[in-house]
Amino acid sequence: MANPSAVCNGHLHHHHHQKQNNLLKSGIYKKNGITKGMKKNGISNGTLYKKTFIEHFEQAPMYVAVLTFLGFGVGTVFGYLRDFMRAWGLEKRNVATEREQQKDFVPLYQDFENFYTRNLYMRIRDNWNRPICSVPGPQFDLMERVTDDYNWTFRFTGRIIKNVINMGSYNYLGFAETDVNALKTVTIELQKYGTGICSTRQEMGTLDKHIELEKLVAKFLGVEDAMVFGMGFATNSMNIPALVGKGCLILSDELNHTSLVLGARLSGATIRIFKHNNMQSLEKLLRDAIIYGQPRSRRAWRKIIILVEGIYSMEGSIVRLPEIVSLKKKYKAYLYLDEAHSIGAVGATGRGVVEYFGMSPDDVDVLMGTFTKSFGAAGGYIAGKKDLVDFLRTHSHSAVYATSMCPPVAEQIIRAMKCLMGLDGTTQGLQRVHQLGKNTRYFRRRLHEMGFIIYGNDDSPVVPLLLYMPGKIGAFSSRMLEKNIGVVVVGFPATPITESRARFCVSAAHTREMLDTVLNALDELGDFLHLKYSRYSKSSHPELYEETRLELED
Amino acid sequence: YFQAPAYHLILEGILILWIIRLLFSKTYKLQERSDLTLKEKEELIEEWQPEPLVPPVPKDHPALNYNIVSGPPTHIITVNGKECINFASFNFLGLLDNEKVKSAAQASLKKYGVGTCGPRGFYGTFDVHLELEERLAKFMRTEEAIIYSYGFATIASAIPAYSKRGDIVFVDEAACFAIQKGLQASRSNIKLFKHNDMADLERLLKEQETEDQKNPRKARVTRRFMVVEGLYMNTGDICPLPELIKLKYKYKVRIFLEESLSFGVLGEHGRGITEHFGINIDDIDLISANMENSLASIGGFCCGRSFIIDHQRLSGQGYCFSASLPPLLAAAAIEALNIMEDNPDIFQTLRAKCERIHKALQGISGLKVVGESFSPALHLQLEESCGSRENDVKLLKRVVDYCMNSGIALTQARYLEKEEKCLPPPSIRVVITVEQTEQELDKAASLLKEAAQSVLN
Repeated sequence: MANPSAVCNGHLHHHHHQKQNNLLKSGIYKKNGITKGMKKNGISNGTLYKKTFIEHFEQAPMYVAVLTFLGFGVGTVFGYLRDFMRAWGLEKRNVATEREQQKDFVPLYQDFENFYTRNLYMRIRDNWNRPICSVPGPQFDLMERVTDDYNWTFRFTGRIIKNVINMGSYNYLGFAETDVNALKTVTIELQKYGTGICSTRQEMGTLDKHIELEKLVAKFLGVEDAMVFGMGFATNSMNIPALVGKGCLILSDELNHTSLVLGARLSGATIRIFKHNNMQSLEKLLRDAIIYGQPRSRRAWRKIIILVEGIYSMEGSIVRLPEIVSLKKKYKAYLYLDEAHSIGAVGATGRGVVEYFGMSPDDVDVLMGTFTKSFGAAGGYIAGKKDLVDFLRTHSHSAVYATSMCPPVAEQIIRAMKCLMGLDGTTQGLQRVHQLGKNTRYFRRRLHEMGFIIYGNDDSPVVPLLLYMPGKIGAFSSRMLEKNIGVVVVGFPATPITESRARFCVSAAHTREMLDTVLNALDELGDFLHLKYSRYSKSSHPELYEETRLELED
Repeated sequence: YFQAPAYHLILEGILILWIIRLLFSKTYKLQERSDLTLKEKEELIEEWQPEPLVPPVPKDHPALNYNIVSGPPTHIITVNGKECINFASFNFLGLLDNEKVKSAAQASLKKYGVGTCGPRGFYGTFDVHLELEERLAKFMRTEEAIIYSYGFATIASAIPAYSKRGDIVFVDEAACFAIQKGLQASRSNIKLFKHNDMADLERLLKEQETEDQKNPRKARVTRRFMVVEGLYMNTGDICPLPELIKLKYKYKVRIFLEESLSFGVLGEHGRGITEHFGINIDDIDLISANMENSLASIGGFCCGRSFIIDHQRLSGQGYCFSASLPPLLAAAAIEALNIMEDNPDIFQTLRAKCERIHKALQGISGLKVVGESFSPALHLQLEESCGSRENDVKLLKRVVDYCMNSGIALTQARYLEKEEKCLPPPSIRVVITVEQTEQELDKAASLLKEAAQSVLN
């Protein structure tokens, strides 16, 4: 490469289109909440990344933040007004109440705790929990719901809205299908085994199917051994306490999933949080931990474990794995990688972030993932060295007290994995992975061109589109449904209060036509609702810029 | 001013100079923590050695050599290559290989595929889930029910949704591990009372009452809960629910009832312990059960009044942040409920079989039966322990192996020894299902007698 100074912490400048790409030069990339210029962190970090690592976290103009707070303020004022009217009997109380016989018990819910639920969430409640009645593939059928009393209760009209484009389900590789050939083995296993297990792994619940699945998972990931569990959430919350205990230190990312947070809390270890994907913050914590030891006794920590996720589901960002691995090796910490969204979705052959960055699975101590997202099944796994998995077989809470995975679900995972690995004799698996990559890049590129603010890495199939204002959340979701597109919107408390967003999950099963339909609808709606906040929209003539990706040579 | 004496002016001048000096001198800092130089820090980092990620596990650890079942874990089960009669899976109503259940699951598989690809809030709610919730609520005669996708997560998410830091929970010592984890996640004050001992519980409640009188303001906002199980998994006996209801109203404590084993077993129609005692179900604030025992499916549910259950839809962690139950399992559960409603006499049959084997197992030398006579999950504990828990476990393993070699599949009850609050003694779990014939029950009893004779004497 001609110009080494063009590499700055993995962000590449497209030098030969300088005049048009001033947006990149002027560097309005939001780094962890602060608008900064390009972070120059030396070339040493740049060589860890074998390909470009571009993440966007653009900050919205100031007026948007002001209007958002104003929106919440108005909502709160009306909320107080409504509460007042309800308390004085001027308005009908729709919420369920305590029994007469128990009126003198201590109230179960504090009135204030539910303020947000009663007054703000309730207004736009029809955008969540929408029931569907078909397979959650690229298109699904929604059951029509109407409300007669402003979302307090719903009733079904009986009509089914057919073929709504599904941009909300985690169906990255399109394995949520009902094709008879695809499900042939699952049907056979269901007939043979039935649906239940009625026992735990250590008692009478280990079936030959589990052994087969575990061997296949280990082979898929390239590790020594693996263990599977019946629920992805429970995999985290029941195994982290088995691995760490009192006297250990957990360094967890700011935006980790609830299951990781719960597992960390249940373990009894000390938890310290580092800023999202920020390696300086992590390194500082590591150094301080080793130098100063435990808080008051100054004893050394028994072990330090870093909890990160592969793809963060609310931001769409990918973890900076090469830097974390080099930090972990330097400071002798352990790494627990939760690949719930990234397994199957990134990487040249779908093996997750480890393959995406070209690293070896031995670099990560504990590889954890779920089968719900890319494999269209349910459950989770933990993989790694044989000692680790043997320890989990004996000491994991799930192995002793919780039911094991059910056989038809295990068979679905086996057939999906075999398809991905090419063991069923076709190249369908690889095709799906490539299709997902193409769809992701196309979708993100078009959204950038239109001028929306999108968060996250260019290669992540999770695409958050920022809405900011609370009023737009409900409007966006219901208008998209009118156009026959189902989207997912998230607000407070899953995201920071000013950053409500719509989250799209691109799937390999989406065709170009479906994506174009969605994009056209978004274009219209973006103009109607004034959602195109980005100051740096590229023109919609892609032939004027060539998106050449300059590869680093090392 | 010039009248003032000279020494006064000089004194003032010195004071002013002193103040100026104090203002401009560096602030007095406490001994800084980073006395260490950079070199020392690097040395500390070099020297630190963590423990290995996992301690080594001995190769002969009992849990590493577990039984592998080939084929479905039904009435006749193939364990480690041998065909046995299944006395170890909680398949109480024999619905695991019921043809109707399987065909309902097949139909659902054709229509919905396997997974739901999303949590309940984001297009993971299927019409089968809604139907199952309605059916469960109707069956249990409550207002509403909520489904979880994993049995363990049900009670472990339900308790922290209501009980927070500062609240008080009275829980039985023999509560199962899922309840313990739920209590740990809730960060409330836990008060354990002796198993099924109402006097002990009343004592604790009285103590709490006197505490409340000292601080009535705090008492007005501290919520109180009682968590008990219908049929305890660890001891096989039932909780004295009528007395608990009396205590509930006397001391204003809410009851959470965990009915994993008693749902589909107790009561005339299988509605659980409330039907068994004839108690109005509205008196219980929350009933939680898992569908993995009697309903032979996967998952769990909570039922009760809408006032209580609706709260979990936004604050139950296992509900909001986890994918929903695969539709084929929900369809299987609905079909199982249909069968339960259509054949209410299976509960009588099951109870008769439990009584029979309970009687037959009395009098085995060396082993005592722990559990009620109508409980389908019994424990066989050693009458005299031989010193250490390890040796007890080995002895019981020999008994279990003897039985397995002769065609009866049994298992020891497994616990995490270091994590349990009140570790039960080692025992063999005997599970009675409705599919076992009387000859098989007698065979099992006589085999256990033989095994005990040969191993323990």
